[in-house]
Amino acid sequence: MSDQETGKGRSSLGPFHIITGLILLFGVFLTVYRFTQGLGPMTNLSHEYPWGLWIGFDLLCGVALAAGGFVTTAACYIFGLKKYHIAVRPAVLTAMLGYLLVVIALTYDVGRPWRLPYPFVVQSGTTSVLFEVALCVMIYLLTLIAEYSQVAFEWLRMSVARSMVMKVILFLTVLGVILSTMHQSSLGALYLIAPSKMHPLWYSAYIPVYFFVSSIVAGLSMVIVEMSLARRFMRRKMDEAHERGYEDVVLGFGKAAAFVLAGYVSLKVLGLAVENDWGYLVTGFGGLFLIELLGFFALPAYVFAVAARERRVGLVKWTALWAVLGIVLNRINVSLIAYNWNLSVGEHYFPGWMEFGLTIFIVTLGLVLYRYCVTRMPVLYEHPEYTDTH
Amino acid sequence: MQDNFHTLYDFLLHSEGTSYIVMGLVLVFLFCFWLFLTQRDED
Repeated sequence: MSDQETGKGRSSLGPFHIITGLILLFGVFLTVYRFTQGLGPMTNLSHEYPWGLWIGFDLLCGVALAAGGFVTTAACYIFGLKKYHIAVRPAVLTAMLGYLLVVIALTYDVGRPWRLPYPFVVQSGTTSVLFEVALCVMIYLLTLIAEYSQVAFEWLRMSVARSMVMKVILFLTVLGVILSTMHQSSLGALYLIAPSKMHPLWYSAYIPVYFFVSSIVAGLSMVIVEMSLARRFMRRKMDEAHERGYEDVVLGFGKAAAFVLAGYVSLKVLGLAVENDWGYLVTGFGGLFLIELLGFFALPAYVFAVAARERRVGLVKWTALWAVLGIVLNRINVSLIAYNWNLSVGEHYFPGWMEFGLTIFIVTLGLVLYRYCVTRMPVLYEHPEYTDTH
Repeated sequence: MQDNFHTLYDFLLHSEGTSYIVMGLVLVFLFCFWLFLTQRDED
């Protein structure tokens, strides 16, 4: 048995366990508080801002940053870029946990969470974008669980079940790409209903396209960040193939991110022209828009390109983190800062400390689950009994 | 933002005209960016 498989070298109680333990404990307190006292005492949400930090960050950023799953599986299984195969399992795991946490966060955010299944029973059908998002997210989460199940089956040594999943992996990949295309763009389409509430620089008829294209950037960048973190902190779990292929993944994804980012910036500029919003660029919100567009999208595109050309792996890693921050800034701008932009200063929403606390709890929960899976299952290494069979 | 358009036609003529120019520039930019990105691939 290999070191990776036996879990040799697993650390005992350390700072990671203590800090995450305290955060999780605090999260349990917040959970009890949320479900006994309701949203009112816990959040700063209001009639003007029914969607706050939990939607802006936990949901919009969570879904965008989980796009690495469909991007990587599409690259490997549909486009046949097998050199990125080592990134598939970590990316699918991150995506699955990302969507799982999105659903968990939604149970906190929805006033009456027991009504979460309502869209499938009581809804406006195809005229409701929210219904489409709910349906897509549910099916995609099930698809990701099915995709990831091959790893769990290898871990549990259930060869027959694993081979059944492997037979339909291409179908699952295609389904994942279709569903992701639909709901990543639909999350942007949710804001089409509020043209009078959103600042014109962020509101656009093309906002679904912006959301979809930027999610590809988020997915590519997140895979780079996540693989770099895994290599830094979970290296003992990586086998030689993952070590060797790491540079190819980082440079290849960095190059792809550079071009998609350039395309995204071009689309945004085109959007300015179509809506004739040039005049807003010289206002305060225009400054924020330019910081987002040039500082967090155009500049990373250039740096990605330079780093990929010169094969500077370290620079690609940091630029990926930069791009991830850009995506987070964009989603926060769309959902919170540019939303209700014309309200007076006192009426603006700022999340309460318990809202921040719960978001930190959700992110920590994700980290703990990721670590649990990676330390036990063949995510960063090939299972010795199934090498070359996938 | 702009208040110098008196008719919808004025607005569309201006914004679509600008959009076509931007589209042309975007195509040239993306082509150049692609060349810059892939220039050293065969080295």
